[in-house]
Parts: sequence; C-alpha cells; structure tokens
Amino acid sequence: MTEKIISKICFFFVFLFLYTPIIIVMIFAFNTTKSKIVFSGFTFKWFFELFKDKAVLCAFFNSLTLGIISCILSTIIGTLASLHITKFKKEKQYFFTNLNYIPIINSDVITGISLMLILKFILNIVNGEFGFFTVLVSHITISMPYVVLTILPKIKSIDPNILDAALDLGCSPLVTLFKVTIPSIAPYLASALIMAFSVSFDDFTVSYFTTGASFQTLPVLIYSMVRRRITPKINALFTLIFILALLILIFVNVLNFDGRNSKKKFSQ
Amino acid sequence: MKKLISFMPYCIWMALFVVAPTLIVVCFGFLNENYSLTLENILKIGGYFKIIVKSLIFTTIATAVCLIIAYPFSYFLSKVKNNILKKFCIVLITIPMWTNLLLRTYSWMTILEKNGLLNGILKIFNIGPIRIINTPIAIILVMAYDFLPFMIMPIYSAISKIDTNIIEASEDLGANKIKTLKFIILPLSTSGIISGVSIVFVSCACSFLIPRLLGGGSNVLIGELIESQFMGTIYNPWFGSALATFFMFLIVIIMAISNRFKKNETENLVV
Repeated sequence: MTEKIISKICFFFVFLFLYTPIIIVMIFAFNTTKSKIVFSGFTFKWFFELFKDKAVLCAFFNSLTLGIISCILSTIIGTLASLHITKFKKEKQYFFTNLNYIPIINSDVITGISLMLILKFILNIVNGEFGFFTVLVSHITISMPYVVLTILPKIKSIDPNILDAALDLGCSPLVTLFKVTIPSIAPYLASALIMAFSVSFDDFTVSYFTTGASFQTLPVLIYSMVRRRITPKINALFTLIFILALLILIFVNVLNFDGRNSKKKFSQ
Repeated sequence: MKKLISFMPYCIWMALFVVAPTLIVVCFGFLNENYSLTLENILKIGGYFKIIVKSLIFTTIATAVCLIIAYPFSYFLSKVKNNILKKFCIVLITIPMWTNLLLRTYSWMTILEKNGLLNGILKIFNIGPIRIINTPIAIILVMAYDFLPFMIMPIYSAISKIDTNIIEASEDLGANKIKTLKFIILPLSTSGIISGVSIVFVSCACSFLIPRLLGGGSNVLIGELIESQFMGTIYNPWFGSALATFFMFLIVIIMAISNRFKKNETENLVV
C-alpha cells in the first residue's frame, strides 16, 4: 500500500518537473503583454507576428528543406549499407557497428568542430563557402547512424528462408530486394525517415558550427533570438514546434502499431 | 566488386565525414600555427585545469541527480500493470526527447530569470528576489532536466527485461521488497544504469548551450571553452582541437568502462 502511494508521488513529481517549464512557456505564448509573470489576457497576436517575420519563415523553410533532403539521402545510403553489413562476417560487422556509433556517442560540439575543420579544408579546394550544402552534409552525417541503427536489426530478423525462396523461384537479387526485403522492413524504413528528419530538424550545435552567414536554420535563428531575448515570439514558436513534435510522435506510434501488425501478417 | 557498389557511398561518407574529421582534430591537437609537431597545446590544457574540474563536478552532480530521479521512477514504471497507462507514461517521457534541446533550455530561462516567474511567485510570499540564473545551481538543474529522459529510457528497458520468475523466486524464498530490489533488481539493471549514466555524462559535460544561456559568462565550462576557440574572436583551432582530443579520450575511457560492465553483466546472466 505504501509502495503505491510512493509510486504515485514519484510519478507526479517527475511529470511535474518535465512538463512545468514547457506548459508555462506555452501559456505565455498567448499572453497579451510581454510580461513573464502576469497573464493579462488571451491573444494570438504573437503567432501572427511570427508569420509576418520573414527571417523566421525563411529559416523554417530552410530547416524543412534540409530535413527532407537529408532524411531521404541518409535513409537510402544507410539502408543500402545495412543490407551489406548484415552479410559480412562477425568481426567486420562488429567493426562497422562500432564505426556507426562514433557520431552518436561523440559529443555534438566535437562532431560540430571536426566537421567544420574538414569542410573548411574541402571548401578551400573547391572554392566554396559555408551554407546550405555544408549543413546538408553535416546533417546527413549525424542522421545516417540512426538510420543504420534502426534498419540493421530489422534486416537481420528477416527469415533468410524467405529470401532463398524468392531467389529459388527465379527472382533476380534486385527483384528480391524490391519485392521481399523492402516490403518487409517498410514500416521501419518509415520510422528511420522520421528519425532522420527529426535529428536534422532539431539539431542546433552541429549546424551552428557548419553554417555560414548567409544561411540560417530554425534552431540557429532561435539561438540568436534567445540571445537577444525577444520572448513572446519565441514562446509562440516553441508552441508550434512542440505541437509538430507531438504530431510526429503520435504518427510514429500509430506507425509502429501498424508495423507490428504487418509483421505478423508477413510471418503467418 | 560489382556487388559492393551500393555499399561504397556509405563507406566513402563515413571515411570522409566521420573518420577523417576525427583524425584531423587529433592531428591539429599536436600541431601549431606553422603546422609543425608540438605538445604546446596539449600542455596548455593544464592551465585550464580549474574549468575542467568544474565541468566534471557540475556534470557529476547533474548525472547523479538524474540517476536519483530516474531509478525509482523506472522501477515504479515497470511495476505499472495497466498496459495502456504504461504506454502513455513512456510516450510522455519520450515527448521531451523529441522537442528541441535549445527550446527546453530556453523554457527554464523564462522561469529562472531575474524578472522571471519564480521570483514573481516568491514576491507574493514576500520573499526577496533570489538569484538563480547565472549560478551553478541553474546550470546543474537544467542539465538534469534536459537529459533526464535519456537516463530513464535505458534504465526502464533494463528493469523491464528482468525475468519476472526471478523476482517471484526471490519473494517466494522470503525476501521482502527492499531485499529483492537490492539483491535482484539492482544488480540485474546495472547495464541500464551504466548506459544511462554514460549517455547523460557525455552529453552534459560537453554541452555549451546550457552554460552559455544559463551560466552568464561567469561559469565557463569545457564545451563553451572549445566553442570559443572556433567561433569567437580568438580563433585558435589548434588549442580547441587539443581540448577536443582530450575530451574524446575521456569519452573513450567512459565507453570502455561501460562496455566492460555490460559484458560482465551478460556473463553473470548466462551463469
């Protein structure tokens, strides 16, 4: 009995701790004045101002483009790599999974500066400058390991007999890939895509180091806004981004649910 | 050879943007402006001993706070019997993981600020404005806040993987709940604790955003120090790389320790 009470208290305080700041910011996004203490009235004013702000819209568009392109490219490259890695011998597999972990384990700041150094070197050769492409390259680099991490165990879990059956029945390896392998990992491909998109869309640190003066992603813009302290507008932006994250998460959960179902169908 | 064509993009990408940059950072750490070999920058790290110790202390406290909150929570979460409620709680924990780190840090700024909500509430009770922002407390609090979900998830998954028969056996043999927790659940969830601690420790220690936004310049930590070598007015990639090399060395040690623990754990399970 006492355990139940302690457990309830524990749940209450953890969720209070996690959600109080988020909810407070969201409430003050609808405040009529700039005050951070008194809620003086309800308004959508800050949201309208946000939509009028060209810098915000431009940065949002940049982040969206980056997210979409980098998630597609990293999913394609990562999936192709996973298909090969599963066929390797144990030591080689071990080597590649460890290599894959480097960007995940390494601290963002170190990943950021190391990418900045190599990109500087490459840009010196091709005579380019920091901007869209440098950020795109770094986003693919940080999101690809997550794709491999999501896809690799699923490819391993495909029954090899099914693949053999397809080959025995006269499918070429390419047809087998498109007719058997890809459909059986499709739900996980979708979650890898979403994962890669969210890594790219949320990233601040790595983009901060690899972006140029002419190109801003949304988090980089938010950082400069936070430093200049334009609060109500950031609150509104926070609310929108939070809702977006929530929608993506709900979508992923629904997808996983479907994924489990389709897997069941497949094995039957 | 033909078969490997579709594997090449990944290999080239990893070589060019993961392996090469890491090597460049390590090499830069041992070079000076004239690209000649020197230990000067590595030795210079000693001069920043105070900042490093400070970062490690802050990070250790934040990690400990995370662990103290996360362990009981994960334990109770694994005991929830209602599956829908359990799933709902897990989603509630993952939502902050999917929201932007920068925005979560910012949300504490509005609360802790001099004219922020906390002081506003305290004013009602006639308690004078307290200064939390720009102090170590703010940094540690926000570090713990930002990375708490990353501590909960691995611990929860380790606890929920424990075979319930083992727990029942221990209870049948007369152990009470506290004894079961101490001798069965805690030892069997070490792998979760170790991976949670290493994730949180590494992410906290090198975060430059949190001390930058909540430290107010007086609390420079190692992440901010590295950042200032590359982005500030003092452009010194050689010293910055030396610091980064030192830090990567630290990460490798932490990971080696955590891997060792994980191996021991699985061996014990097999026995």
